[in-house]
Amino acid sequence: MSSRAVKNISKQDLREKARMIRLETLRLTDICGSGHYGSTFSMAELVAVLYYQLLHVDPKNAKWPDRDRFTMGKGHAAIGLYPVLADLGFFPTDWLDTYTRFGSPLGDHPDMKKVPGADFSSGSIGHNLSVSVGMALGLKRKKSPGRVVCLMGDGEQAEGQVWEAAISGAHWGLDNLVGIVDINAAGSDGHPQETMKTEPLKAKWEAFGWRTFVLADGHDLDAVSDTLNRALNAPNGRPTCVLAYTVAGKGVSFMEHGWEWHLGFLGPKDLERAYREVMQGEVG
Amino acid sequence: MNKYVPQPRAPGISYMTAEMKAAIDLSESRIGDMADEATWDMAASLGLSRQITTGEVLTDLADEGRDDIVVCTADLGRPTQVIGFGRKYPDRYFNFGIAERNMIGAAAGLATTGHLPVISNYSFFLALMGVENIRNDICYPGLNVRMIGTHSGIAMGFYGTSHHCNEDIGALRAIAGLTVMAPCDGNAIRAALRATIDVHGPIYFRVGRGRETVVYESPPEWSIGGSNCLREGDDASLGAADILKAEGIALSVVDMYSIRPIDRAPIRRAAKANGFVLSAEEHNITSGFGSAVAEVIAEEGLSCKLHRIGMPDDYSLLGPPTHLYRHYGLDAEGVAARVRKALGK
Repeated sequence: MSSRAVKNISKQDLREKARMIRLETLRLTDICGSGHYGSTFSMAELVAVLYYQLLHVDPKNAKWPDRDRFTMGKGHAAIGLYPVLADLGFFPTDWLDTYTRFGSPLGDHPDMKKVPGADFSSGSIGHNLSVSVGMALGLKRKKSPGRVVCLMGDGEQAEGQVWEAAISGAHWGLDNLVGIVDINAAGSDGHPQETMKTEPLKAKWEAFGWRTFVLADGHDLDAVSDTLNRALNAPNGRPTCVLAYTVAGKGVSFMEHGWEWHLGFLGPKDLERAYREVMQGEVG
Repeated sequence: MNKYVPQPRAPGISYMTAEMKAAIDLSESRIGDMADEATWDMAASLGLSRQITTGEVLTDLADEGRDDIVVCTADLGRPTQVIGFGRKYPDRYFNFGIAERNMIGAAAGLATTGHLPVISNYSFFLALMGVENIRNDICYPGLNVRMIGTHSGIAMGFYGTSHHCNEDIGALRAIAGLTVMAPCDGNAIRAALRATIDVHGPIYFRVGRGRETVVYESPPEWSIGGSNCLREGDDASLGAADILKAEGIALSVVDMYSIRPIDRAPIRRAAKANGFVLSAEEHNITSGFGSAVAEVIAEEGLSCKLHRIGMPDDYSLLGPPTHLYRHYGLDAEGVAARVRKALGK
């Protein structure tokens, strides 16, 4: 496949977008009274690079048939996607102020029927790589240049359906399909590798026929940008998996690592502390 | 590009108070050095699901000598409160990670080796994702497996459709050989698990998020096909019944915890006494508990009208659970309004 257009954005600007994702996650969680900090902060750089640099989408034409698709296996981190979609103009930014309030389109998990720019609903772990396989098959049949990117969690790698999707993605040579695993080492019951060991993931994805890249630091913007761009420019005939090793809660010192801040809420003083750290921090 | 400036603080909803915090175990929480009463992390919030007593009952049963009990979960040992069993009996606590169908099949396998597997997981992932495995692996062979589906109905509010479960009664009561029961609080769960522990065959228990109002002050009578009359006239305090009592309307309230098989006697009694029956459930009215009541009324030729309270034939809106219950008429005032309507008032 020919090399795809990449949007011209500086590293500093990408860093500010990732900062916006974290700040808005703090603010929206404050509106809701509850939020998934850990898994949203771990994916901030991945999402910033995808939406502001690499994905071909059109906020004025959200259903553009040749657009790239982004699906979330880890739908509980949608709170980090909404500010990006609003910032890009998929929907008015004041929608964000209604986050999880009665009747809002914006819930804890993304809803494709309610949120412009959300390519598929999510919330039940393990479904969306299969959905992405279907999207990739459909785009190929229509000879569309669109790519499909599915962001999964590391706990999600225990789902059998992920591997059924992996088999089919390789079987049909879906070089327009990219799977990203956000390996933040935090699940509901603790460290996913202690709950159910799925490593070595690189050997597994390769054995399942996927070109596999390891992002040793999923917060390093240069590496994220380079790796995801290579993933989206796959040679013919194979899907690509990016194993992104990240830190749950990245950017707020007292939330980093561990399962405890998978879900939570910050009172006003603690929230100010988190705001300050994110404002002053230089992640990426 | 300018640095992003956060908006002023939004009027937040606080789900945690100092009083609540004082009553929960914070040993695993990381909020120790945090400043605010309102601050909580996941470890702290789990302490609020106090009505999910599963782990405690199973641990007690194991302490009493039940060596056959094994517990299965899919990365939800903490939210479903069975982790306490796992800490005390780690050699018979199996956490499958996020792999529900694998867990259900493995529980069936464990049952064939003389164990009594108790699966505890969110109802939407256990009953809805796993329904075919439940049917083929557990129910068709008639295996001794207990399934506890938690956080049912719309208790998860703003988590959205994927985390709502308004179809499990309908899906599961269609499966031959499966008993379906709904313990409404912590004491009901205690009674349900203990009273049925030696019953042969599979049972599904549908429970809530664990933050429900206490109905039973102690474990109630419990049997397959049974029910408990909570209020005959005005001998117990229950939301809607209390509202109506103030208006001179005396209501009988029955906890129809056994959905399949269902207790027919209270339905006959209510039909005869009042000329109408009102069913209330946090489930779609199609195929749920109200439909089971309708079957009894039709089969027995009872001359009465049935008013079904439940979720309409639609997917719930998003929002805080309190707002959703009010919107769908599932709170005390909503139920009271339906009774007034039934009485033509």
